[in-house]
Amino acid sequence: MSDITKQSLTELVENIENKKLSSTDVTKAFIDRSEKSEKLNAYITNDFTSALDKAKKFDQKPNFDLKLPGIPMAVKDLFCTKNIKTTAGSKILNNFIPTYESTVTENIWNEGAILLGKLNCDEFAMGSSNETSFFGNVQSPIDKNLVPGGSSGGSASAVAGQLTPVTIGTDTGGSIRQPASFTGIVGLKPTYGSCSRYGIVAFASSLDQAGPMAQNVKDCALLHEVISSYDPKDSTSIDFKRNHYSKELTNNIKGKKIGIPKEYRVDGMPKEIEDLWQKGIQYIKDCGAETIDISLPNTSYALPTYYIVAPAEASSNLARYDGVKYGFRAKGENLIDMYERTRSEGFGAEVQRRIMIGTYVLSSGYYDAYYLKAQKVRKLIKNDFDEAYKKVDAILTPSTPSSAFKIGEKTNDPVSMYLNDIFTVPVNLAGLPGISIPAGHDSKGYPLGLQIIGKAFDEQNILNIAYAMEEKINFKNKITDWWIK
Amino acid sequence: MSIDLKTIKHISKLARISVDEQKAEKLAGDLNSIFDFIEKLNELKTDNIEPLTSIAETTLKLRSDEVKSKNIREQIIKNSPQDNEDYFVVPKVIE
Repeated sequence: MSDITKQSLTELVENIENKKLSSTDVTKAFIDRSEKSEKLNAYITNDFTSALDKAKKFDQKPNFDLKLPGIPMAVKDLFCTKNIKTTAGSKILNNFIPTYESTVTENIWNEGAILLGKLNCDEFAMGSSNETSFFGNVQSPIDKNLVPGGSSGGSASAVAGQLTPVTIGTDTGGSIRQPASFTGIVGLKPTYGSCSRYGIVAFASSLDQAGPMAQNVKDCALLHEVISSYDPKDSTSIDFKRNHYSKELTNNIKGKKIGIPKEYRVDGMPKEIEDLWQKGIQYIKDCGAETIDISLPNTSYALPTYYIVAPAEASSNLARYDGVKYGFRAKGENLIDMYERTRSEGFGAEVQRRIMIGTYVLSSGYYDAYYLKAQKVRKLIKNDFDEAYKKVDAILTPSTPSSAFKIGEKTNDPVSMYLNDIFTVPVNLAGLPGISIPAGHDSKGYPLGLQIIGKAFDEQNILNIAYAMEEKINFKNKITDWWIK
Repeated sequence: MSIDLKTIKHISKLARISVDEQKAEKLAGDLNSIFDFIEKLNELKTDNIEPLTSIAETTLKLRSDEVKSKNIREQIIKNSPQDNEDYFVVPKVIE
């Protein structure tokens, strides 16, 4: 079977269960394609040799009761993997080999999946284009010199380019949904507290969530079902009854009420995005659901709020990188000098910028004006959603205000880079689940996504809406394999 | 509002990141454009709004105080840039 890497996760699981394919066949196919795809720079570290060993072991003693039987999978290099280098895309962790496993990846291996390698990402997940990685930028499989989005850019590139059947990313302000939208794949940011943060390199702890990225909604539901679990090792993990998301998936969304927030019609948004949104509204109606105009009045304050809250939390989280306990250490004349040089040489420009912003907003005399103010606005943003959900079951918006841009196009202007996340950030601030699904192409042939935002813990509902819309949209990703020879 | 070089130097001390003149100027420019954008929040009156301090509206769970990770000294020290027996080594701090 030469087309193994074109198959969806669901198809691969079926074919392995029916013994039409072995885990070794599948693992080999993805390794071969990954090796031919070095130009994408999607991997930071590969674990191909032991992946093949594990696949062979699985085939000798297969367990078909598992949800991911012998399925190879690469993951974002923000998840700690025991005895496998974990860098978070940073020089400061370039030599870090965790002695423990993140809960989310452990859940995946426990269901029979096999680690292929660690995928490139923006440094400490801070970026929207995968250009801040110490390990170089990632190419999009959609077009040469196009960014895959970020921060889960390697993950998006690897799924769209068929280097891995599915993957997991993390999303602090849009880092799963924006790259999914840019590369024509599906990405889910779960409710805060749904997936454990244990063993994920921390960026902004009140916003960070892990989530699945896949070729289609069903695969996304299956992977979400595997990674979502209550975990006592994460004090913000929430103990709620989780669904069998893939089994309970239905395209029957008749009678659902979907909100259309007028504030997402921002100045300067290309007509293509507005048209896509209108098409989405029509698809919703075609599925027998109802759309209702709603207002989320504080939407335009979400991004400024985010750029206080996220850097503040990051500056505190990243204080641990001091060259003493692990990671890179620079030589210094004394202890303080060593700290300062280590952090100056070990962190890249964007990370240093955010640490500086965070330190400033938390510093004496500025805390009330910035951090406390942002916490209050965050409450208003959450209230907007609470109010809207009295009238609707979910909300439909574009995923991003534009399609993917060229590498280097926005690197000199941090604010224009930050504006990429204008539609995704409010969801993190309110702790809600959001999914991006591919919904069309722009005039250049680049993918565009729509976002469905749900109530807290209502992942099943947004997965169902996405599933129903996916059928109507019938999106075909245009992958030309330009990077292979 | 404008963040000057003196402020940049002060923040960089707090953040323990060494900053030379050139880098300080670049950072001042970047931070000023970011804070111009952040200032938008001042349009909002928030006097009577409770700050959102936790997004998950649950109380933290209690657990019994048991040691679960035993004998992991080696694991803890394993990634250190410099160690000696069971200690992390840092540049000399006492003369």
